[in-house]
Amino acid sequence: MPERPLHLSVALDGAGWHPAAWRDLPGSGWATSDLFGARYWADLVAEAERGLLDFVTFEDAFALQSSLFDGPDGRGDQVRGRFDAVLLAARVAPLTSRIGLVPTATTTHTEPFHVAIGIQSLDHVSLGRAGWRPQVSGRRTDAAHFGRRQGFPELRPDALTAQSEHVRDLFDEAADAIEVARRLWDSWEDDAEIRDTATGRFVDRDKLHYIDFTGRWFGVKGPSITPRSPQGLPPVVALAHDVVPYRLAALGADVVLITPHDVEQVRSISAQVREAEAETGRAGEPLQVYADLVVFLDDEPGAAAVRRARLDDLDGAPYVSDALVFAGTPGELADLLLEWRAAGVEGYRLRPASLPHDLLGVTRGLAPELRARGAFRAAYEAETLRGHLGLPRPASRYAAGAAR
Amino acid sequence: MSRPRKQVHLAAHFPGVNNTTVWADPESKSQIDFSSFRHLARTAERGKFDFFFLAEGLRLRELKGRIHDLDVVGRPESLTVLAALAAVTERLGLAATINATFNEPYEVARRLATLDHLSEGRAAWNVVTTSDAFTGENFRRGGYLDRADRYTRAEEFVRLARELWDSWEPDALTGAGDGFVRPEAIRPFSFQGRHFDVAGHFTVPRSPQGRPVVIQAGDSDEGREFAARTADVIFSRHGTLDDGKAFYADVKGRLARYGRLPHQLKILPAATFALGDTEEEAAERAAAIRRQQVGPQTAIAFLEQVWGRDMSAYDPDGPLPDVDPDLSDGVWGGRVPLGDRTALAAKWRALAEEKRLSIRELVIEVTGRQSFIGTPAAVAALIDRFVQEDAADGFILVPHLTPGGLDDFVDRVVPLLQERGVFRADYSGTTLRDHLGLGPGSN
Repeated sequence: MPERPLHLSVALDGAGWHPAAWRDLPGSGWATSDLFGARYWADLVAEAERGLLDFVTFEDAFALQSSLFDGPDGRGDQVRGRFDAVLLAARVAPLTSRIGLVPTATTTHTEPFHVAIGIQSLDHVSLGRAGWRPQVSGRRTDAAHFGRRQGFPELRPDALTAQSEHVRDLFDEAADAIEVARRLWDSWEDDAEIRDTATGRFVDRDKLHYIDFTGRWFGVKGPSITPRSPQGLPPVVALAHDVVPYRLAALGADVVLITPHDVEQVRSISAQVREAEAETGRAGEPLQVYADLVVFLDDEPGAAAVRRARLDDLDGAPYVSDALVFAGTPGELADLLLEWRAAGVEGYRLRPASLPHDLLGVTRGLAPELRARGAFRAAYEAETLRGHLGLPRPASRYAAGAAR
Repeated sequence: MSRPRKQVHLAAHFPGVNNTTVWADPESKSQIDFSSFRHLARTAERGKFDFFFLAEGLRLRELKGRIHDLDVVGRPESLTVLAALAAVTERLGLAATINATFNEPYEVARRLATLDHLSEGRAAWNVVTTSDAFTGENFRRGGYLDRADRYTRAEEFVRLARELWDSWEPDALTGAGDGFVRPEAIRPFSFQGRHFDVAGHFTVPRSPQGRPVVIQAGDSDEGREFAARTADVIFSRHGTLDDGKAFYADVKGRLARYGRLPHQLKILPAATFALGDTEEEAAERAAAIRRQQVGPQTAIAFLEQVWGRDMSAYDPDGPLPDVDPDLSDGVWGGRVPLGDRTALAAKWRALAEEKRLSIRELVIEVTGRQSFIGTPAAVAALIDRFVQEDAADGFILVPHLTPGGLDDFVDRVVPLLQERGVFRADYSGTTLRDHLGLGPGSN
């Protein structure tokens, strides 16, 4: 049986994921201030769509970027400042027609109701191309921007693996926020709007449903103020590095993004993800497992490594990441992606080290290379993000006859 | 010496989720598809309007504990749709209603600054507050805000948002030589008030308008004072010439106390309209729209709000009930309480008797007719008169149809306002502050 084609996506953030990448912007015809205008982002997403990618993600956080784990670093030699990701995705939606748009939105300090209707509205304006990357924000800096939750400890890197109560709570809360969003997205049945002139009724209120969610952190009554969107349930994409987040993904996500550094880790992490699915009793579609990689791509052998070294020099420190940092040719990357696919991943989210250079490396180098090997699409075959991911459009959980 | 003619400001309100919006008409299209928002916004931009306005309601309205099913219902998250509209319009201002009770300043300020960048200076924020526990059931913070605290929260909210908008110096990103940003140009913020205790660094560079436009809709004494101190635009409800003049004089008179000039606060009442080739045709059209807006079931539902009982057995084309209202509890969720319902019922009965009106006719009579009814020339003249006589600085037009409800106005009335020399032939500036003539957002 031939293997299924890979899912390919790209993570957009600032001038790329390397902290010195902004220094190369002028060489690509962009000013640094263009990061705060629509044209730069629209150009990047249009390029990703020309490359037939499944989706792009947009990073976001409430705190200013920092080289420290929690708290400002006072540095001005790296990109600082960022847009609200949901609005950025909405801004590019009318300028594209096929590619999925997956903004990051925090579950910790936001109102689950607002986040849910924001993503649902993105699905309406994009005609079915919205997704959501939920993200916890455990940093004390973020909490201080809202001021309504006391006792946030300073977040340290080891807390994430130590599975402290603080971290477990954040992920439990995120699971509740995703559950609320999914119920709200289902709270209007598809045929709730009837416009029945004989009885004067615009909606059939028996097809609008209270979600009646009550949890430890919040309760939400529902229904959504927004009618059911083109995809019904926009896909949820969760980045996860450990058992607690794998469980969150198993509970609420459609796609989990993992960060293995070699093929052994691909196997072990995939196994942990499957265990989390079993433990949480996940029903329905299995989680799709995609790996995250930071990529430097150049056609000429060795050129990507030289570029990486040059940017490291400019930043004053070697770039390290939670994900594997790859520097090489599109052909070499294709080898790696196919090797990892054989070990258990179905797709990738590539983080271009430098924009737009490494995005072009993906769309014009890697994608054709994979296509030549029969591992990537030659044309979009669907119009929605669920369609690209091979997920059927679900009926509302509240509809008569829907599987419960 | 006569003063120069004032310029009219116009804005477009996307049809709302109430019975003003007619859905039982073949011309009525989706209230949620992006194509409807795009059509209305582009029509407004073709008409050189100042801005496009989205209302907000964070819980579906209920009657007698059940979701109200007679009116158009269902709308998107405002800022998300406005960000998308920024891609298909170029000059039109984009105004979102955002509740200060069920949001937090850091997030709202960040989203508005983002929209201002993504639209190159066209963002506006209609600040509303509510204290109702009904809506609060959808939110973590619940509905516990005391009525008396509504304006203090809104006031602090806006003050804090503006502090955040001002926190990046205008030239922060043009750091010399080696820098992406001058770190000292990102000033930390710190705010301790009655409602908010926050500190940190904002993440969005100063936006094209500096400060997005603030709109306010309150009408109480507190609301007027808040607007005089804080707002750039008032969305008022004073539709008649005399009411409008009194309101205008009152609010503009409060500005000096805060060191502000009259042109720095624009007063824009909501307005509906019905046009015709002749006065008679316009009047017929207005009456037909009113009948569409108040269908038989809607007439009964209006009555039930006042009477507080099930009135489904009454004939909408028959006389008013002779029983008195049941005052035991309110029947509407998500609506402003109606005050003395016994007195209101008595007044309605007297009116129906005097004019020999059925239930439906009575409801049509007591729930506002259109603000402007007439030929395009008559309507243009009337709008001009309201503005020149200081009853308004312009209007926020509320069409009754989605998405074509503004087409006639833009095609037929706008050119006449332009001919009169009181409305722009084209945009002269790029930002909403430019269109409104407010001057730059200060830092």
